[in-house]
Amino acid sequence: MTVASAHVAGGGTTHADPAPAGGARKRSWTAYLLLLPGGLWLLLFFVIPLVQLFTVSLQSGFPGYPGYYYRDVNIGNYGTALTEFAGHFGRSLLYAGLATFFAFILAYPLAYAMAFKAGKWRNVMMICVIAPFFTSFILRTIAWRQILADDGPVASTLKFLHLLPGGHITETWMAVVAGLTYNFLPFMVLPIYASLERADARVIEAGGDLYANGFTTFRTVTLPMSMPGVIAGTLLTFIPAAGDYVNADLLGSDRSTKMVGNVIESQFFKVLGGFPVAAALSFTLMALILAMVFLYIRRFGTEELL
Amino acid sequence: MSIFGGNGSKATRGFREARGNLRLTGVTKEFGDFTAVDDLGLEVPRGSFFALLGPSGCGKTTTLRMVAGLEQPTRGRILIGDTDLTGSRPYERPVNTVFQSYALFPHLTIRDNVAFGPKRRGEADAGKLADDALELVQMSHLAARKPAQLSGGQQQRVAVARALVNRPEVLLLDEPLGALDLKLRRQMQVELKRIQTEVGLTFIHVTHDQEEAMTMADTVAVMNHGRIEQMGHPEVLYDLPKTSFVANFLGQSNLGDGRVTGTDGDDLVVEVAGTTVRIPKSRSTVHDGAITFGVRPEKVRIRDQRPDGAGNDVKATVVDVSFTGVATQFLVTVASGTTWAVYEQNLDVERNHLRPGDEVWLEWESGHAFGVPVNDVEAAAATVADPDAAKAEPRAHQSADTSGDGTGDGSGSDPDALAVPS
Repeated sequence: MTVASAHVAGGGTTHADPAPAGGARKRSWTAYLLLLPGGLWLLLFFVIPLVQLFTVSLQSGFPGYPGYYYRDVNIGNYGTALTEFAGHFGRSLLYAGLATFFAFILAYPLAYAMAFKAGKWRNVMMICVIAPFFTSFILRTIAWRQILADDGPVASTLKFLHLLPGGHITETWMAVVAGLTYNFLPFMVLPIYASLERADARVIEAGGDLYANGFTTFRTVTLPMSMPGVIAGTLLTFIPAAGDYVNADLLGSDRSTKMVGNVIESQFFKVLGGFPVAAALSFTLMALILAMVFLYIRRFGTEELL
Repeated sequence: MSIFGGNGSKATRGFREARGNLRLTGVTKEFGDFTAVDDLGLEVPRGSFFALLGPSGCGKTTTLRMVAGLEQPTRGRILIGDTDLTGSRPYERPVNTVFQSYALFPHLTIRDNVAFGPKRRGEADAGKLADDALELVQMSHLAARKPAQLSGGQQQRVAVARALVNRPEVLLLDEPLGALDLKLRRQMQVELKRIQTEVGLTFIHVTHDQEEAMTMADTVAVMNHGRIEQMGHPEVLYDLPKTSFVANFLGQSNLGDGRVTGTDGDDLVVEVAGTTVRIPKSRSTVHDGAITFGVRPEKVRIRDQRPDGAGNDVKATVVDVSFTGVATQFLVTVASGTTWAVYEQNLDVERNHLRPGDEVWLEWESGHAFGVPVNDVEAAAATVADPDAAKAEPRAHQSADTSGDGTGDGSGSDPDALAVPS
């Protein structure tokens, strides 16, 4: 069909047969038709709210009428977001970074074992990784409050060993980071597992065949080959963790462990007239994450991601 | 070789320098209940091109992987020269592999792929060595590419360069040409042979393609069910197979089960396919009782009438005639009901007039006939080794002959075989 119509066009025929032209048009429309539902979805539920949020972030409050706003270009909201809540931004990025680091440390050996050592247990391990998704995220986080409670097994053991100077895990950054690590672990495990599982075992053998011992083969062959998975996993952990507020809310303290997500939540729902600042906080967080992700991919990214 | 520069490498920790012939003694590999390699013994002289030929599952790749150190034998020893490599890790052996799937590192450029081995061994000029090796396989112009950007044939050359650059004592090739199309395969066969002659390393080539094995190797070992059936120079193996498995795996053979009825001078007299034929004693591994008679299809002539002479002939009916250009291939049924093949070169001015259903006589020189043990076919087909078959064909503990003049004999136990013209 394509060849035929190309031939007609190439031959310089002015009154080309309409049938192939119609066919070609129909084919090029198919792609747009297929994109349409997704595109509409993105427009309605992503682009429009984002624009809306951006306009809100620039609004000013009506003096004397708390909770009422007018359209404005009030950059001051961003100033407030950055000065008053700088600590929360720092904490968000730090906690998310720590959680990503610990999740990576836990996930890589697990994914490696699943890909290369598990044998018939592979599916069982896969189910164990995915199973928590069948329970509510909130419920599981509340369960961690019991596990990490002052009288719980973890805290008492650490206290007994004199490894817990403060005496508490909950209400501290440790519980928040532990919760974030736990909740986002599967998002780290699955992409790493997928990239390791896809790696050709012969290529890893080739490392040994070419004079690299086990550790060198891992460092120079296996790890680089799994980098797409590592990058995907760290992004899937870091980005939602930086914006998370449930873990800090349920496991952290009311004062010292609040993250940006908690501030946005309280500005939106609890502070009268807090809408513009909450929107500015959301936009600042998004910009920060985008900038960090961009630098990260520039530094470690592979061709598959860029 | 000078192209690889000086030998100034710091040895990798645990690396074993070893020089000399590759020797396998009593090597057995079991995977659970399955014996992949069964009490294998062979010696490959330094600098020879050795082919391990066999059907899939015969244990040839397992043997190769044991030499590479990627598998450890259940029993037996693997040595290069006097250095025992059994139990050592792959990175400790002076052995490199060209993998069937090439197994190039996808995240590294071609140059870095080739430089990988020298770098691990601490060569100061790893990059230079890689460039030289790439030149040898004529791939210098693609050094900056990634493996995914190369065609199969190009990847294959890089895989060869990546192994060769290390100047291994033994280079292992695991069906490296299997993924290439026929034309490229022929070209690479010639190329590999050239490279082997140029660098003078021991090449061990695993393949299931008998033509490839015969074209390239000085010595071919035919493997079946974890054992070496026969080993020797390709011409000798083709001319005088010692088991019906070899007779059919290396080329094609017309076989018939018969019985030795007596001797006539240096010949055995054999009743087979409803006729009496002769096999020189030196060309038979069986000298009395049941015997499988064999003759190659291209050694058989088709006659319209019964030929006069020594009586190496049999009556047959033409079943199928196919014209292949240089030759015509006839399928015929002999008196016993077996189907034989006959290849005849199209030498006559007149075109072939035979049609299916025609009655013909087949004739051959007795010097082309051979005798192998019966039941060998069943033994080869059976999963459990037949003890009688094992007795008839003792397990190979042979020294490969690579004299290269075409007269080498694999077993060394049957010197008469050398006298027979091929």
